[in-house]
Amino acid sequence: MGVLSVPYFLAVFAVTAVVGLLTSWVDRKVTARVQARVGPPWYQPFADFVKLLGKETLVPKGSRQKGFLVAPLVGLVGVALGAAVLVSGGILNGSQQGFVGDIVVFLYLLTIPSAALILGAASTGNPMASVGASREMKLLLGYELPFLIVVLTAVYKAQSSFRIGDVVAYQMDNGIFIGSISGVIGFIVAILCIQGKLGLVPFDAPEAEQELMGGVLTEYSGVPLALFKLTKAMMLSVLAVFVAVIFFGGMRFASWGILWSILKYLVPIVLVVLIRNTNPRLRIDQIMKVFWGPLTVLALIGLLLAWVGY
Amino acid sequence: MALSPCNNCDIEILDALTPRFDVERFGIKLVGSPRHADALLVTGSINRHVLPRFVELYKQTAKPCVVFSIGSCSLSSTMFRDTYSIIGPLDKVVRQIDPNAIIAYVPGCPPKPEAIISGVVKALGTL
Repeated sequence: MGVLSVPYFLAVFAVTAVVGLLTSWVDRKVTARVQARVGPPWYQPFADFVKLLGKETLVPKGSRQKGFLVAPLVGLVGVALGAAVLVSGGILNGSQQGFVGDIVVFLYLLTIPSAALILGAASTGNPMASVGASREMKLLLGYELPFLIVVLTAVYKAQSSFRIGDVVAYQMDNGIFIGSISGVIGFIVAILCIQGKLGLVPFDAPEAEQELMGGVLTEYSGVPLALFKLTKAMMLSVLAVFVAVIFFGGMRFASWGILWSILKYLVPIVLVVLIRNTNPRLRIDQIMKVFWGPLTVLALIGLLLAWVGY
Repeated sequence: MALSPCNNCDIEILDALTPRFDVERFGIKLVGSPRHADALLVTGSINRHVLPRFVELYKQTAKPCVVFSIGSCSLSSTMFRDTYSIIGPLDKVVRQIDPNAIIAYVPGCPPKPEAIISGVVKALGTL
């Protein structure tokens, strides 16, 4: 099945959406347990999503209406296409189904939701949202650099193959990358970059609820807001699967492989949630310093170690 | 939304949001923008000065939303009802802006956090 066949795309989209919403429940539940609370029931994200679909969509006066309403759709399609490329790349069985360079396409597709967020926020005409949009732009520039170096490390270790299937297949034959020093370094940096990609504390300056009242999302309500929330939830699940692919050797859904795959999927998510619950928010200039300073250096050290053979 | 309250009800609302009461069990969350809100918790007796702000905020909230009249002041203006600046109980004011508004009442001076949560959950049940 090709990436571009419509039924395949829709199937991946539906599965990713359901898994993503369930994952956002895991996020909320773990957060609640950290704060010594009981937390919401498992269907809460679904209930919230359906509720938002039924709400009124307010379009603020003085906004660019088409840009405002199209942006959430663009972001959703971006992450859904990313999921389709990732799944067709052979993460499920390590087969060589993908195309050469699908890992690059995937990385580009994952920046589309951030771009859509910037587009949507900038077209509202709200000062809070435009401050949020400018921060989101800086954040995007910040985390992309170390994240790309980390992905490059994994690609280099898999004998310089830019195919997701090859990265998985290499790990099946030669042991998973998290078992090496460069793999551990890459994993740490990747988790922090994911934190930035999802806009979670400590890198949630674009959404900063206390100072910017939701920042980029300030003016969104109803269906567009539901789409943005769905995009965020899907991003969380897609990025966790991607981490499992480049460090834990992919996922297999056969006999005990199912449990292993679920564990591989949950480890990055729980780590991300714990970091988010135990850290204060950084200022945008501090975020840039963290990403372009220590994290980039760490990622480069990982790349060098991979080159030397560790 | 604090419309000239004595801050007592506001503190009880903040209490209701603490981990001890864990309102996320019912799917209740504090949001930063009225666009994301489903419930407006209003405290205090409305006076002429804050009315335009209230109207603006009510219009910015995505419908359907529930307006919660929290505390005796917003229910009945209590001892301030004859004051020159007070324009009456909350439900009358809301009905003037939007005749189809959904209004829930939580009496008390101030109401306990348990009462506020119970009111919100009951309102959710009727929607």
